[in-house]
Amino acid sequence: MEEIKLRAENLNLYFGKKQILKNVSIAFPKNQVTALIGPSGCGKSTLLRSFNRMHDLSPDAKIEGKLFLENLDLYDKKNSVTDIRKRIGMVFQKPNPLPKSIFENLSYALNIHNYPKHSIPNLIEAALKESFLWDEVKDELKKPAVKLSGGQQQRLCIARTVVLRPEVILMDEPCSALDPLSTKKIEELIEKLKENFTIVIVTHNMQQAQRISNKVAFMYLGEIIEFDTCDTIFKNPKNELTQRYIGGHFG
Amino acid sequence: MNSRTREKIDSLLKLIFKGAGFLTITLLAGIFFLLFSNSILFFLDVSPLDFFTGSQWDPDTHFSIIPLLVSTFWVAIGSMLLAVPLGVLTAAYLSEMAPRSLQTVLKPIIEMLAAIPSVAIGFLGIVLVGPGLAQLFGIQNGLNALNGSVLLAVMALPTIVSISEDAINAVPKSHREASFALGANKWETLFKVTIPAAFPGLIAAVMLGLGRALGETMTVLMATGNSAAIPRGFLDSVRTITATIAIEMGEVPYQTTHYFALFAIAGLLFLITMVINLTGEFFANRLRKFDA
Amino acid sequence: MERKHFVNSFFWFILGGSTLIVVSFLGIILWDIFSKGFSSLSWAFISSFPRDGMTQGGILPAIIGTVLLTLITTLFSVPFGVACAIYLNEYAKPTLLTNIIRASIRNLAGVPSIIYGLFGLALFVQALDFGTSVLSAGLTLGLLSLPYIITTTEEALKRIPNSLREAALALGVTQFETIKDVVLPKALPGILTGVILTLSRAAGETAPILFTGVAFFINGISASPYQEFMALPYHLYMLSTQHNEIEQVRPLAYGTATVLILVVFSLNSMAFYLRFKNRTQD
Ligand SMILES: Nc1ncnc2c1ncn2[C@@H]1O[C@H](COP(=O)(O)OP(=O)(O)O)[C@@H](O)[C@H]1O
Ligand SMILES: [Mg+2]
Repeated sequence: MEEIKLRAENLNLYFGKKQILKNVSIAFPKNQVTALIGPSGCGKSTLLRSFNRMHDLSPDAKIEGKLFLENLDLYDKKNSVTDIRKRIGMVFQKPNPLPKSIFENLSYALNIHNYPKHSIPNLIEAALKESFLWDEVKDELKKPAVKLSGGQQQRLCIARTVVLRPEVILMDEPCSALDPLSTKKIEELIEKLKENFTIVIVTHNMQQAQRISNKVAFMYLGEIIEFDTCDTIFKNPKNELTQRYIGGHFG
Repeated sequence: MNSRTREKIDSLLKLIFKGAGFLTITLLAGIFFLLFSNSILFFLDVSPLDFFTGSQWDPDTHFSIIPLLVSTFWVAIGSMLLAVPLGVLTAAYLSEMAPRSLQTVLKPIIEMLAAIPSVAIGFLGIVLVGPGLAQLFGIQNGLNALNGSVLLAVMALPTIVSISEDAINAVPKSHREASFALGANKWETLFKVTIPAAFPGLIAAVMLGLGRALGETMTVLMATGNSAAIPRGFLDSVRTITATIAIEMGEVPYQTTHYFALFAIAGLLFLITMVINLTGEFFANRLRKFDA
Repeated sequence: MERKHFVNSFFWFILGGSTLIVVSFLGIILWDIFSKGFSSLSWAFISSFPRDGMTQGGILPAIIGTVLLTLITTLFSVPFGVACAIYLNEYAKPTLLTNIIRASIRNLAGVPSIIYGLFGLALFVQALDFGTSVLSAGLTLGLLSLPYIITTTEEALKRIPNSLREAALALGVTQFETIKDVVLPKALPGILTGVILTLSRAAGETAPILFTGVAFFINGISASPYQEFMALPYHLYMLSTQHNEIEQVRPLAYGTATVLILVVFSLNSMAFYLRFKNRTQD
């Protein structure tokens, strides 16, 4: 039996009166890549963002149900939201480097979380190497991060998450704004990262899901329709909606 | 610092920002309250009927806003008659004709005009425009409504030009192209298509310019002669609401009828400028939607 | 063909002519004031007190007064204005109430400045008993400046994309840390531009200080915020309308006007420069 890292139990999420997630229960296994697929607007990003409490600042978002990181209740008032976000990192659809230097993009959160000063350069070097970015930027760490190419920026955003050693990394269509070459690099990166991290990734790209994921969840209109191993979902889906979606018949 | 402490600081600061926000808002709301409450105290002493129908402002006996109100509008409307055509044509030139390089020079120049303190404009009314008008019309001195209108026009122009320009720029290209396709030339298109289409925005420009002219104090105080009678022409001396407050507030004893009277005329001015600015903003918002 | 040519030049003449007139206004204003004012300028003019019933001497106390006044205005309006904008843009939920508050604040920017003077008189001079003083006047101008600072700061904050806030939050950074380390630094040039433009406006204002503390003449300067003060704009007003020997002090008035306009223009140029630099950076 695989070990479960992150899970949702009977999650309902509303924006105002509109229900976006309907009774979602799902469990993500440790050190594996789980892909969330489904047509646009079905609630993939919304589900992903509820795990690191990014909805906290949307005044009209209302959440019912329970979410857990191992045994930690993510929405229990007793638990620190900043700790939760440190343990569950997130990479966004569009690369969003901070308006600071490459180095500071990584050092910023380390400083905030009180990592000892002397350890920071080494941690940064390790994270940049782990993110396949070190060779490209090692001589210009002081350069503003926005000067990097789109693909490099996205790898920097991954490095920025990785440097904090989170347990889970949530990725919301991290390649959708990138060219094929950069996409390939990031896929290789994900392949390597899963040795150390639990990864949940939203993707629109079926080939990508097949290439990188261990398990796949298909969502439709705010519900999890089918959740199974990658092979089963793509070669032998049980639900008719799933069949139609991966067959390219809608969305 | 551990994350608990950081989160405590975070909630504390949120409270502080909220407090600062509400304090600021309360202070600003105090302006409404002060004008309103003191006006009520005034109307306990003087009947609104006298206030709105009399014809004399004489702080010992008569508190009628009419001469001040007429003066205020007289000068302000005079300024609009001068500034609106000039401003709209300038805006049309800037957005439809001026090459880019000229635009980048002219726009800051017009913004600089807005930066000149009103007291300096009033000073010019005394030393330059007034004497000029006196000579032109063969009158004793040029401290009159026309002087005020000319100066207020200068002061309102930057507002009028910049909002009109936005309005004209916001007219979709397709309107113009359709007009050209029907064989209209550049000028017909400008005057029969573009400017009419920009009309709501132009109203916004006029309203916001007018709001500025109505509320201006120093210029009119220095340049219009300040006689509190109903003017009969542009060469008469006038005294606006703002000038009256500026002249009399310094001397008036605390919390007398006269004191409250000044708050009452300020309250009325406040309402007038608010209605005009809101109208302006209403049209300016329509402009923005047009834009989108 | 002839007619078309005529029509073209006619309209060109009208539009170009209007623009020329508008631009020439600035030219005339600056020419008249500077050409007559520069001859009054000297080191002595800006570094000495007025003498002989203000028919001689300089404008030092008015310059100091304006600087002091603007300082108090800044100390009051910038922290509160920026805090209020941060509250509205970063914390407040977008309810009907906040929209009403926002609209009222925008509207307060259009309230005639003399009305702020009345309010300052009633609140600071009388109710809080600060008397007619540089403190009362500075706070009054601070109130006048608040709506501008709030509005321009909020606009600067709005231009910061949400993705940057999310980037920081997702790293376990608190909301305040995000504002302090990510949002404000990025919005700073925009905020600063608004602040400088507002202060340049406040420094040139006369009406709100008329009865909150400005004085005709003072013969010494202390550091007390409760003293009355002289200010450049009021000094110009006084020299050109209230003085007994108006013709005789005209050169002094021109000199004062020149200094006032130079002060305001240098503040404005700073703001233009900041805005320009900020735009070319993006
Ligand atoms: N902040 C929000 N407020 C209101 N509705 C939202 C918000 N964010 C997303 N939605 C709505 O929720 C639904 C799901 O959105 P999302 O999770 O982004 O879909 P996906 O990522 O699968 O394309 C959409 O209909 C979207 O319009
Ligand atoms: Mg999405």
